[in-house]
Amino acid sequence: MKTRDLAYVALFAAIVAVLGLLPPVPVPGIPVPITAQTLGVMLAGSVLGARRGALALLVFLAVVAVGAPVLSGGRGGLGVFVGPTAGFLYSWPVAAFVIGWLTQLSWRRFNLAWALVANLVGGVVVIYAIGIPFTSLYADVPLWTSFTGSLAFIPGDVVKAVAASVVAVAVHRAYPVIELPTRRATAG
Amino acid sequence: MRWGRRAAATAPAETLPRTAVELRDVTHAYGDRTVLSSISLTLTEPRVGVIGGNGSGKSTFARLLNGLVLPSSGTVLVDGLDTRSRAREVRRRVGFVFQDPDAQIVHPTVAEDLAFGPTNQGVAPAEIDRRVDDVLVRYGLDGHRDHPAHLLSGGQKQLLAIAGVLVMRPERIVFDEPTTLLDLANTRRVARVIDELEQDVVVVTHHLDLLAGFDRVLVFEDGRVAADGSPAETVPWYVARIS
Amino acid sequence: MLSLYLPGASPVHRAPAGLKLAVLAALGVGLFLVSRVEVVAGALAAVLAVGLAVARLPGRALWAQVRPVWIWLAALFVVHLLVTGPLPGAVAVLRLLTLVLAAAVVTATTRVTALVAVVEWLVQPLRLVGVRPARVGLVVAMTLRFIPLLAERAARIREAQTARGAERVRLGLLVPLVISVLQLAHTLSEALDARGADDTPARPLRRAAGSVGPA
Repeated sequence: MKTRDLAYVALFAAIVAVLGLLPPVPVPGIPVPITAQTLGVMLAGSVLGARRGALALLVFLAVVAVGAPVLSGGRGGLGVFVGPTAGFLYSWPVAAFVIGWLTQLSWRRFNLAWALVANLVGGVVVIYAIGIPFTSLYADVPLWTSFTGSLAFIPGDVVKAVAASVVAVAVHRAYPVIELPTRRATAG
Repeated sequence: MRWGRRAAATAPAETLPRTAVELRDVTHAYGDRTVLSSISLTLTEPRVGVIGGNGSGKSTFARLLNGLVLPSSGTVLVDGLDTRSRAREVRRRVGFVFQDPDAQIVHPTVAEDLAFGPTNQGVAPAEIDRRVDDVLVRYGLDGHRDHPAHLLSGGQKQLLAIAGVLVMRPERIVFDEPTTLLDLANTRRVARVIDELEQDVVVVTHHLDLLAGFDRVLVFEDGRVAADGSPAETVPWYVARIS
Repeated sequence: MLSLYLPGASPVHRAPAGLKLAVLAALGVGLFLVSRVEVVAGALAAVLAVGLAVARLPGRALWAQVRPVWIWLAALFVVHLLVTGPLPGAVAVLRLLTLVLAAAVVTATTRVTALVAVVEWLVQPLRLVGVRPARVGLVVAMTLRFIPLLAERAARIREAQTARGAERVRLGLLVPLVISVLQLAHTLSEALDARGADDTPARPLRRAAGSVGPA
């Protein structure tokens, strides 16, 4: 990893933390207030790409683990890793990786539609696919109960995926960071 | 005197190998935008100032001096070492202080940040502690040792950034607009700190009064050295030119 | 300060961070192996005793960690009541409560730097795939250092936008914030290099592109 990558990883981990410090926003028509933190997961993936995005989230989790209260609601420390919803936390590096991977796949023709696909698949589907079964296994409740309990959050996550996609497209135009391997390097 | 340069400099000049930075026909371009074109010069003076408008190439020039930027063509030699092939050794000799102190403080607390550079250099922990104590006292930061760097004032942060370079014991320090983001009082304070350094310095600045006692001033314009001489010759020329 | 650490001189505070984390991990595994309510309740009592009596942590600090999951634990108990009965419900709730509290005790009694050192130690095996533990520690430290700075920048961007009449700033805030962070990353990486962050090579460049021999 280049020094530049270390800086990207540390600063995006910090962005995820800062978004967690913002108070939740109530949105009309959506049952639970939206927290901005998973927006950071989506941004890390779609701006930095798969590898650096996933690392940024791993570093963010390390920062939470060493006691920084930077999870939304001012939570932090090791407790959150053993709590019933810890699966959602563990899903974040995977989600950022998937978002980054999908973004890299579509990088040459990247637009709002591709960004939306990446953020919905990585930032919503992947997160719930890991978080819900974790809760169900961990707390010993039926999968269905765990799923219906999470339904209320899905509209907010879709809103965030749209927001992240708009930002990703704007940043892609103004300051692209993802570098695709050139043909020559792979063909070597 | 611990750093020894100034003390040693009182000896006859011939007996001392002065640090020297030499640029041989250096051109630098970012993509197809040429920011420096065929610069050739040698810096041996203890105090060198660099002035010029935004985009004149002076920031890139500063970064060439310690290998942060490598020339597109031509050669930069620091004490005879090519920055292209000996970047690590060059960086050990030439420290760099940036404009924005916030971008160069990397650790959460003051003492940890000061230890960063010498740790990278492989300096023994006991020696690092000694150097850190030394600069903390020297710059009036000894009460802030375990403070979050974030809570320091802008002036204190820039002093911390300078201290973070000093603990690495470089021979020459390049400053890229070190006072641009500071208020008047802190600008004066940093100017005094630079003035008192034993090291040779190169200062890129818009604050012309910083250059009063300097040995040599370069004026950059469109990627070329438009004037080169003592502050008394160059600064009035530059001021006349822009007004 | 950006930390949940509460200074103190108790034996719990002075115990090595690695030991505390090992005990926490063992507790995590152990609690899931038993389902007898008295064992789990005993563990909870022990954790509370260590936290409140030995480490002398204020009850408020521990409660602050439990509060966010409190509703969830209550809901969990209700679900169990309907599906499996009161006793398994009590075990499930007490188990989670114990773990959350134990983790809170470790966090409150261990310095950030000590935990970062443990993180560096834990990633030692990853040396094999080219990860340098010291760099992991550096990135974690840099993140802690930049969180307050970015929070401040976000606030400043919000002010600038409000000053220009923007009412809804959430999304508009993000583009300038992300771009300013990318620019900051550029200067920061220069500053890291200038201070010798790349002094040791990442790994021996044995498999450089040109050196791949015939298969």
